[in-house]
Amino acid sequence: MTTTKHTVSVLVNNQPGVLQRVSGLFGRRGFNIESITVGESEELGLSRMVIVTTGDDNTLEQISKQLYKLIDVIKVVDLSANPMVARELALIKVNAEPIMRPEILGIVETFRAAVVDIGPASIIVQVVGDSDKIDAMVELLRPYGIRELSRTGATAMIRGSVR
Amino acid sequence: MNVQTEPKRSKEELIEKLTQPDLITGSEILLRSLLLEGVDCVFGYPGGAVLYIYDAMHGFDDFNHLLTRHEQGAIHAADGYARSTGKVGVCIATSGPGATNLVTGIATAYMDSVPLVVITGNVATNFIGTDAFQEADITGITMPITKHSYLVRDVNDLPRIIHEAFHIANSGRKGPVLIDIPKDVSAHKTIFKPVTDVSIRGYNPTVQPNKLQVDKLIKAIEEAERPVIIAGGGVVYSDASKELIEFVNKTRIPVATTLLGLSGFPSAHELWLGMPGMHGTYTANTAIQNADLLISIGSRFDDRVTMNLNGFAPKVKVIAHIDVDPAEIGKNVKTDIPCVGDVKAVLAYANTKARPAKNEAWIAELQDNKVKFPLKYGDTETELKPQFVVEMISETTNGEAIITTDVGQHQMWAAQFYRFKNPRSLVTSGGLGTMGFGFPSAIGAQMGNPDKLVVSINGDGGVQMCAQELAICAINNIPVKVVIINNQVLGMVRQWQEIIYENRYSHIDLAGSPDFVKLAEAYGVKGLRATTKEEARRAWQEALDTPGPVVIDFVVPKGENVFPMVKAGDTISDMLMGDSE
Repeated sequence: MTTTKHTVSVLVNNQPGVLQRVSGLFGRRGFNIESITVGESEELGLSRMVIVTTGDDNTLEQISKQLYKLIDVIKVVDLSANPMVARELALIKVNAEPIMRPEILGIVETFRAAVVDIGPASIIVQVVGDSDKIDAMVELLRPYGIRELSRTGATAMIRGSVR
Repeated sequence: MNVQTEPKRSKEELIEKLTQPDLITGSEILLRSLLLEGVDCVFGYPGGAVLYIYDAMHGFDDFNHLLTRHEQGAIHAADGYARSTGKVGVCIATSGPGATNLVTGIATAYMDSVPLVVITGNVATNFIGTDAFQEADITGITMPITKHSYLVRDVNDLPRIIHEAFHIANSGRKGPVLIDIPKDVSAHKTIFKPVTDVSIRGYNPTVQPNKLQVDKLIKAIEEAERPVIIAGGGVVYSDASKELIEFVNKTRIPVATTLLGLSGFPSAHELWLGMPGMHGTYTANTAIQNADLLISIGSRFDDRVTMNLNGFAPKVKVIAHIDVDPAEIGKNVKTDIPCVGDVKAVLAYANTKARPAKNEAWIAELQDNKVKFPLKYGDTETELKPQFVVEMISETTNGEAIITTDVGQHQMWAAQFYRFKNPRSLVTSGGLGTMGFGFPSAIGAQMGNPDKLVVSINGDGGVQMCAQELAICAINNIPVKVVIINNQVLGMVRQWQEIIYENRYSHIDLAGSPDFVKLAEAYGVKGLRATTKEEARRAWQEALDTPGPVVIDFVVPKGENVFPMVKAGDTISDMLMGDSE
């Protein structure tokens, strides 16, 4: 069976330790975590985790079933089974002597990214998009010298009203 | 014996008293809540972090509290109580080392889906996370081996949490739930408002099956020529034994029972094939290997049952799987007909439609195998064989006793040679294979079944892992009959070293074990020894005639092996038959 990338959304009770329960389950059962993001959901007291994982259909089925066994897990949706929007945010601190700045700003503009801080010899670029876009941005900025890079991992949603 | 306490007041009076909205401590809330959950016996060990709880228990006699000599004894006893009664087992331990001493028992219960509520103390909330004296993150430590856990931060949450814990432990796929109570929470006072309803969003186990799936199963049975049932612990836990017997009588499908499923189907039934798997019968394993329809009922295709999955049930056309836990469906074996639901409910519905399978030739073939390849051993008049001891216990108790076992060769012999009649009459650690489980679990089983004969079958290795609990048998006069199959070695390890590691016997000699008769006597328990069949009969009869606890040391030869045996990595077709070859 083919191994593919999946984006799974997990609605959980916002209890202390719930992230440990979920991530522990992945580690224990040998499921892969490519990225995991957690934040508040539309409902008070519930958080939404978006987990990017790889595996075949059987693995994905087991991930979903094992997650449902956790008492604090309320809903599990394989977002990637539907048309979805996935976004990641990255902050990239790149070397930018004044002389190089126009060139870097050109890249930033092309990618519809933003410069959110300018220092004497560096700037911080904020870029939002899917993973591929951020990868591309990173590659283009690499020649200038990336001092620090911080990526959030993907958060995602199904398009339109498909549930 | 004082195992059962007469109710001090009527249930109505008790509930009336308990449900008063009084200003009481968290500890008193805990005790009242336990009583409202119907708890009649808890096993525990006090310490600093649970002193308020034990203070509240001073002079409290509405339920029994048994002070074990080690926390491991307490949790295995609670486990034995739960498995043998179907009620939730409860144990209490203090923070830190008290709590970590429970870990083996929690994992044992988790692997075998046993409902427990485990109460641990913790350091006061303002000390949590400071590496305070006797602090351990027990909810973190036990996260992978509990069905759910709570760290109580507010005394006002206690009644809800306790009620939820009992509900979660004993519904759906059962399992242990841990409640960690910091010391200050057990001391804080609040108005006690009992909680009687439960609503846990996201937790709603499927009990009733999808009828279309069960209909598919019925159709598959009609089309099958060589159907076999593998019945597991789920049959016992959902009290579905009667439904299973009815299903088998209606469909005429032969049944193999796994270790945990053994008591769920009577050994005397003509369609019983024995236990499948590593030490399963020739008939059960051969039936699975030749089956065209395999129906797993409350069993999870454990590797000790299936052995090498690549050669498991090679002729099967359809696999049906009945299980309350949807995550078990397709976990190890691809399933064609998934029936998610409580085993009792699924079988009850299936029984309304079940008709006989067309498999008379198949039944005849299996019956023939049962005659040709029975379980047997090289019995002699001169030697006392372990299998003989189990057979003797089986015959004299007429299969009516509750048997608890430890883990190892004696466990397999008990599984092979005891003829089980009644559900919940076998208490044994299957999934985790926990040595030290057998004896303390018998104490719990006896507390839950004061009128039944409880026999604990142990090896000389495992019994030494919790032998200190003889003390509580003695002082509470708990009449467990502690059988030791004493072969002076770690028998199952010896067997593997003989068969798989070419007789390289490494660190299996239990020389230096105590004189078990004297050990029993040192605790004030009667001790008996037998080295011949005649002595065995006499000692066993004396044990049965003795009203209190007895330890019987059956000294057997060290070289006896458990057969049939399938080596790890082999398929269940590759059975070593040993003496019966």
